[in-house]
Amino acid sequence: MALNITGRKLFVKALKEEGVDTIFAYPGGMITDIIDELYKTEGIRVILGRHEQALVHEAEGYARATGKTAVVLVTSGPGATNTITGIADAYYDSIPMVIFTGQVPLHLIGNDAFQEVDIVGMTRSITKLGVTVRNREDMGKLMKMAFQVASTGKPGPVLIDIPKDIQVTVGSPDYPKQVDIRGYHPNETVHIGQLKKAYRLLKNAKNPLILAGGGVRISGAQAELLEFATKMNIPVTTTVMGKGVMPEDSPLYIGNCGMHGRYAANKAVTECDVLFSIGTRFNDRITGDLEKFAPKAQIVHVDIASASISRNVVVDVPVTADAKIALERLVEYAEPMKTEKWLSTIAQWESEHPLSMPKSKIGVCPQAICEGINKVFSDANIVTDVGQHQMWASQFIKLKKGQEFITSGGLGTMGFGFPAALGAAVGNPERPVVLVTGDGGFQMNMQEMATAMTEKIPVVICLFNNSNLGMVRQMQQLFYGKRYEITDLAAKDGSYYPDFQKWAEGYGCKALRVTDAADVVTALETARSYKNGPVLLEFIVSPDDLVLPMVKGGTPLSDMILK
Amino acid sequence: MEKMKNRWIALYVENQVGVLAKVSGLFSAKSYNLQTLTVGTTEHEDVSRMTISVKADDVTFEQIKKQLNAMVEVIKVIDLTTIPIHMKEILYATVQGLDSVGKTEAFQIAEVFDRGGSVKICDIGEDAVLFECTLTENKNNELISLLKSQFKKVRIVRGGAVAIEAISRTNR
Repeated sequence: MALNITGRKLFVKALKEEGVDTIFAYPGGMITDIIDELYKTEGIRVILGRHEQALVHEAEGYARATGKTAVVLVTSGPGATNTITGIADAYYDSIPMVIFTGQVPLHLIGNDAFQEVDIVGMTRSITKLGVTVRNREDMGKLMKMAFQVASTGKPGPVLIDIPKDIQVTVGSPDYPKQVDIRGYHPNETVHIGQLKKAYRLLKNAKNPLILAGGGVRISGAQAELLEFATKMNIPVTTTVMGKGVMPEDSPLYIGNCGMHGRYAANKAVTECDVLFSIGTRFNDRITGDLEKFAPKAQIVHVDIASASISRNVVVDVPVTADAKIALERLVEYAEPMKTEKWLSTIAQWESEHPLSMPKSKIGVCPQAICEGINKVFSDANIVTDVGQHQMWASQFIKLKKGQEFITSGGLGTMGFGFPAALGAAVGNPERPVVLVTGDGGFQMNMQEMATAMTEKIPVVICLFNNSNLGMVRQMQQLFYGKRYEITDLAAKDGSYYPDFQKWAEGYGCKALRVTDAADVVTALETARSYKNGPVLLEFIVSPDDLVLPMVKGGTPLSDMILK
Repeated sequence: MEKMKNRWIALYVENQVGVLAKVSGLFSAKSYNLQTLTVGTTEHEDVSRMTISVKADDVTFEQIKKQLNAMVEVIKVIDLTTIPIHMKEILYATVQGLDSVGKTEAFQIAEVFDRGGSVKICDIGEDAVLFECTLTENKNNELISLLKSQFKKVRIVRGGAVAIEAISRTNR
C-alpha cells in the first residue's frame, strides 16, 4: 500500500493526473501550503495575474483556445469573492473550469474568521457544482468529480473550497480514475425517432434555416454542421456565441442574427418556415420579442440540456442531444433540397441592406479596423471585450476554419477581453491573438498589462478609443434624446485619462496610436512582426459611430433600425 | 395563460451540506412559486427525500422538473401529480377565547373531520383547545377555513406535505 500523503501533495498529484499544464493563480493566507507545493512541482506553468477576476477570465480564454478544462487557484475571502463575476461569465458561456479556493480551517468556519466567506453559498447559482472539502479522505474524490462535471454534458465552472487544515492533513494518496455520480448523467445518446421527425420536417420545408449556437463549437461539430448544411443546401445563421462554427466564406453562411445581426439573417429568421436550431438557448438578444420570433416557422431545437428546450421558445420538435452526435446522424440522412429560390431571396435581402458603416466623421472607421484585422490576422484567434467594438467585430471580422471568436456572450462582462486574450495566447501559442476592445472595458482589467509583460504574452491589443461608453451612449442617442449622462469618459475640459501611450510606456509595452484609416494595415503589420510581448494599437474612433442594424430590446427581429 | 395548479414533486437528493439551500435557491432565483418543502432522511442515510409542493402552470412545471433534474446533487425527480400516492400533512391548530359552547363545537368539528385518529384534540385549557391533524394538504385547508370562519382566535402551524407512491394503483 502506498504511503499516505498531505492534502497539498494530493492536490498537485490530481492536477498532474488531469493533465493540467497551466493554472491561473493568486496567492493568499489560506492557500500558502498549496502554493508552496507548486514551488516544488515541475511541469505546471503558474500564471500570476494581478486580480482574481482577471484570473478567471484568463482561464476562460485558455479553455476556449484549448478546449481543455481551465484551473484557477485563489485564496479565501476577498480572493474568492473577486472570482464571482468571472465564474458567472463562465457559467453563462458554458466554459469548463475548476476554481479552487482556500478556506479558513474547519474549526473556524462559521466564526466570521479573518478572510472567511461562504464562497460555496455565494456561487451556488453560478456553478454546476460547489463543495467544501470537510474531510481529507474525500479530497481526491471531490477533485475528480470537479473535473468530470466541469467538462462533460453542458460544461461549466465547478468550485472546490479547501480549508487550510485539509491541505496539510495526511491521508490516502489515491486519486480515482473515475467517480460514479448517481445524480449526474450527461446525455450521450440521441432519440432516433425524434431526430428523424426533425429531419422530415426540415426536408419538407420550403424555406429552411439552420440557427447554430455555441453548443456546436463546444461539441466540436463544426465539420458535421458544414457537411450537413452543404449536402442539404440550407442556409445557416449563427448566434454571437456560434460565430465561427460555419466558415464565413461558405456561400450558405448568412451571418449572425439577433439584436445586431445582419438584415438578411434577421429577415431569414422571420420568414423561414422551418427553423432548425442547434446548440443555442434562445437568449433574448437572439430572439427579440419572443411572441414574434420566427412567426412562420415550425421549430426544431437540438440541445444537450433538456432544461434549455422549450424554455424561452416553444418548440415543435425537441431533440435532447449533443450537437455532434445529432449532426453525425443527420449527415447520414441528408439529401439535397431545392432551396435556390429561398437562397436568392436571402441574397436579395443582403444586397438591399448589406453590412457596412458610413464613413466616420472623425478618427478611424471601426469597419476599416476589422477589415484590416481580416487581412493581416486571417489566422488569429479573435478575443473581444463587451460593447460596440464587440458587435462590430462580430459583424465585420470574417473567421476562417479553425479561428476562434472568444467573447463574453451570456453575461456580457466588461473587462473580459484583455485577460481572456492573455489566457488564449498562453493556451494556444501557435495562433496569434488579436484583442478587440474598447476604452471602457479595457480599463476594467488593464492591470493585467503587468501579467502580459512579465509572462511575455504576445497579444495584439486593438483598442477602439472613442472616449465613451459607446454602447450605452448609442442607446442614449437613439432612445433617450441624446442625454449623455455618465457615458463620456473624458473630463469636462475634454482631457482624457489615461494617455494610453504614456500608460503603455510605463509598462514598457510597445504602443502605437492610429488616427487615420490609411494607417490601419501598416500598424497591424508592425504589431504582427513583434513577437516578444503585447502590443497596444490605440485606434481613435468617433463616439458617433453606431452599431447597426439594431433591434431594440423586446421588439421583434423584423423591426430593425438600419440608419 | 395556462392554469396555475398545485402540483407535487418528490426528490431524492444527496444528504449533504448545502443541498437544501441549492434546491430552495433554484425556486427563488427563477421566481418559481414554492408552496411547501419538507425534507427527511430515507432508508439510506446518505440520501434524503424532499416533498415539494408548487403552484405553477404546465410549462413552468416542466421547466422546474428539468432544472431540478439537471442538478448534480439531485438523484431522482418524481412527479407526484400524475401517479397514485399517499400524502399527509401535520397540522396543529390552537383555538383560543372559547366559552363552553365553543369548546363543544370544536370537539364536534374534530369528530367530523376525524378518520380513524387523523384529527384529535390533543390538549385543552380553560378557554382553548389544540387540534392535532394528519390529513391531506387540501383537507387541512378545508379545516383551517372552517375554524377561521367559526372562531375568532386561531393559531396555525403546518408541517408541509409528505408523500409516497402508492403500492396498489387504486389507492389514492
